[in-house]
Amino acid sequence: MFAAQEFVSPTLDWHALAPELVLTGTLVVVLLADLFLPEGRKGLVPSLAGLGLLGAAIPVLTLAVDGMDREMFGGAYAVDNFALVLKALFLVSGYVVVLLSTNYIAEGDYAEGEYYFLLLSSILGMTVIASARDLITIFVALELLSIPAYLLAGWRKNDVKGNEAGAKYYLMGVFATAVLLYGMSLLYGVTGSTKLADIGAALAGGESLPVVTLAIVFCVVGFGFKVSAVPFHTWAPDTYEGAPTPITAFLSVLSKAAGFVALAELVLIAFAGRGDAFQPFLWVLAALTMTIGNMVALRQTNVVRMLAYSGVAQAGFILAPLAVAADTDLSLAAIVTYLVIYAAMNLGAFAVVMAVARKTGSGEIASFGGLFEYAPGLAGLMAIFLFALAGIPPLGGFWAKFVAFRAVVDAGGNWAYGLAVVMAVNSVIALGYYANLARQMFMEPVADGDTTPVRVPVSIVAALAITAGLTLAFGVSPWATDLGDLANFAVPAAAAVAP
Amino acid sequence: MNNEFLTDWGLTGMVFLPLAGALVMLLIPKANEEAHKLVALGASLGAAAFGVAVFADFDYDQTSVMQFEVRKDWIDVINSKFFLGIDGLSLPLVALTLLIVPLCIIYSWNHLPEPRNAKAFFMLILVLHTGMLGTFVAQDLILFFVFFEVVLLPMYFLIGVWGGEQRQYASLKFFLYTLFGSALMIVSFLALFFLTGGETFAIPELAARVADPGAFGIDPISHTTMLIIFGGMFMGFGIKVPMFPFHTWLPDAHTQAPTVGSVILAAVLLKLGTYGFVRVALPILPEAAVSWAPWIGGLAVVGIIYGALACLAQTDMKRLIAFSSVSHMGFTMLGIATLTDFGLNAAVMGMVAHGLITGMLFFAAGSVKDRYHTLEIKRLGGLLVQAPKLGWILGFTAMASLGLPGLAGFWGEFPAILSAYQPAPGLSDELFRVYMVIAAVGTVFAAGYLLWLYQRTAFGTPSAEFADEEVPDVSIPEWIAWTPMLVLILAIGVFPNLVFGVTDDNLSALAGRFVDLAATATP
Repeated sequence: MFAAQEFVSPTLDWHALAPELVLTGTLVVVLLADLFLPEGRKGLVPSLAGLGLLGAAIPVLTLAVDGMDREMFGGAYAVDNFALVLKALFLVSGYVVVLLSTNYIAEGDYAEGEYYFLLLSSILGMTVIASARDLITIFVALELLSIPAYLLAGWRKNDVKGNEAGAKYYLMGVFATAVLLYGMSLLYGVTGSTKLADIGAALAGGESLPVVTLAIVFCVVGFGFKVSAVPFHTWAPDTYEGAPTPITAFLSVLSKAAGFVALAELVLIAFAGRGDAFQPFLWVLAALTMTIGNMVALRQTNVVRMLAYSGVAQAGFILAPLAVAADTDLSLAAIVTYLVIYAAMNLGAFAVVMAVARKTGSGEIASFGGLFEYAPGLAGLMAIFLFALAGIPPLGGFWAKFVAFRAVVDAGGNWAYGLAVVMAVNSVIALGYYANLARQMFMEPVADGDTTPVRVPVSIVAALAITAGLTLAFGVSPWATDLGDLANFAVPAAAAVAP
Repeated sequence: MNNEFLTDWGLTGMVFLPLAGALVMLLIPKANEEAHKLVALGASLGAAAFGVAVFADFDYDQTSVMQFEVRKDWIDVINSKFFLGIDGLSLPLVALTLLIVPLCIIYSWNHLPEPRNAKAFFMLILVLHTGMLGTFVAQDLILFFVFFEVVLLPMYFLIGVWGGEQRQYASLKFFLYTLFGSALMIVSFLALFFLTGGETFAIPELAARVADPGAFGIDPISHTTMLIIFGGMFMGFGIKVPMFPFHTWLPDAHTQAPTVGSVILAAVLLKLGTYGFVRVALPILPEAAVSWAPWIGGLAVVGIIYGALACLAQTDMKRLIAFSSVSHMGFTMLGIATLTDFGLNAAVMGMVAHGLITGMLFFAAGSVKDRYHTLEIKRLGGLLVQAPKLGWILGFTAMASLGLPGLAGFWGEFPAILSAYQPAPGLSDELFRVYMVIAAVGTVFAAGYLLWLYQRTAFGTPSAEFADEEVPDVSIPEWIAWTPMLVLILAIGVFPNLVFGVTDDNLSALAGRFVDLAATATP
């Protein structure tokens, strides 16, 4: 029967694919440049990578101005507002990661060209996942973004912790992928389609089979790993500590965001009609994630591990709207807004950590003692990022928490209000460790008595300017929430279609 | 109101001028302390100038009407507006804030606490100033919440960096406590928003929607839900006040904060909580307020007695004054809990009076500490011998604090007690009369601990360790900072209508709603 079906070449919308094409071009150029550039000129590579990322953002802008929702490959690939907002997020955050990497990679004993090549490949996978509306596309994009990330996590190959980071991340990641793939195959078996919209219609209309629940839970577990939800988070702290710091930032912001993007697509399009199957599970997952993430973060003495666990706790807040969602648009808005603001403030925090580590050579919280005395600018910026992460207005993080609360409270009912209270209590616990670091910086004496000022390289200054600017701007004029509300799927969610 | 500029920009300018000052200071090098002091003073006086212009143009015959309204789109997706306005309830508190902050800056002129760093210190005070002013004029719940929270960070740093021995513990405790309350409060605000149709966060409109859901085509909110939502607000505001049993952050924060921090904390920050009850919780959810009132009243009188007894056990002067705040805020909350015109007026008067008096007490305590380097009561003594002017000022303020008629404190305390005799219809007369008696006993305690404090610190002869020391009396900056407060304590004591005249119409309108409510409930 396959022979009878003639292959029809799909029509390509070049404009819609332009961001990915620019990225692909860039990563080839980066690889070639690394090959042909003489040893002393390797400094050009990160500039090329950064330019490529910004270049790829141009078609995203033109597509946004154009404003038309585009679909390709029979609905498997969509360029809608949701996709555009997230592509922009991935590209800009990617650019910040490149800025953070520049000095770190150049000054260490690392392979430089391959680093940026892999970084760009991973970001390419992310831009694809933002558009994926089909199981196969999601899976391919997921692998494209994960495999380079496994390698990057183990980039400090002469360091035992670096090896542990890479191996742990790889093994756990592959295991989760297998679970995810199994869930997807069950979904395909039950519904007969790989397209999310079709799956959504079939599941919402169909009867409640245990196998459907199983498939949904497997998919959620698969992404639960990616977004480091408790109890699938165990890789995160070790990997974050062992990986090069820019890659830690990359994993905790971009890779996590990509996981949430795919999860949101699956849950809100494909599973939307089957809240009974995933909501109780996600409720527990969200509550556990924020509570345990916070509890463990309170006890950390290493700043990167603390940020890792704080990232785990933040993931709980992003999961929360999905756990009780009554309104697809509101939950989607909450997730997108949260991801955008979280990216700005968390990357900023990592930028400060890297700048400080250049002087102190340590990642211990105690090494931040008295930072305010010799680097008031860095301390002030770090305070902004920390209290933004804690959700104190008028900083950006407040609106991230606010939209999450909005989506949860809107759902109404005891479960939703219960979750809102869990979130409220957790946002207070979180302040405990954020404020502790602030206390170190402002209220403790200088750890080793060395008060020579910190010399911050230009690229990190640029990264700090971008992230701090956005964190403050999102706080004063919360257009990130507007952006989040704008970011809808072009495909109507199944919940709206099904009775 | 004929001045267009003032109508459009008066409140906005007043609120944001301090913040602008802080931004200017960001550009001035740290070493230039004088410039920082001048900019800080200038910005706070500029805000005061805006405020005075607004007060001059304010229509005092219509204090129940929101004036100088500014309504601009802010966050479209949730219909939250940049909505400022001032009425008879806000005005006295705005005035209090505009007065206290410049005085604090003047006081700091030569009392800058260690580790100095004038730049950071004054910047934080200016940010704090914007947050406090904004809270008192914001008429949109989200905007209100943002301003309400803006004060947290500067105060956290003021206590944590410039505070006493236990500063780190105290600052974190303060921060965590208040944040816990506000986190529950924002959930309440959101629940209110969605249950009223998700159209607006403006306080007057929310009140209208809850009062008459039919007119807006929304379902009425069930009484249980109202109680829970009120509960969330109660946590937010009650912790800030602070009400017993959420008061434990206060003695630590007050005691450890630098003098100016204690003054601002006592004079203005605590009022954010009581103001929140009167501005937000009562008008929007009057029915829930009636159900909650007996509990609030109960906690208020427990706070009065508990605070007073705790004062009697203190050995540290500043800690004693801190506990006296718990007791005094209890009177304010009792006034609010009666839900009557009389009680609410007493409460607002109590806020202003407590702000002036306790602020002044903390100033005096700070100056005592500067001179003796201790606040331990048993090591002090003979202040009237060594620094007679300071001793007299402390005595005058202590008298005002214990509610001596003719001084401001009396008008906060006495009417609050009296109002409990006849609470709003729907509340149990018997219960509130019991509260009244307990509160009256509290005033006796207040006289006890304040007189005892004064006796031990000011009377007698200086203790042996300080007997030979030369103790300077009140300095010029201290006179400048204190005179306005002392004069006002006396002026309000003699002409209480300075405050009542502004608040009365506004609050009797609010109290009238509770009378109507009882009338409709029992036809």
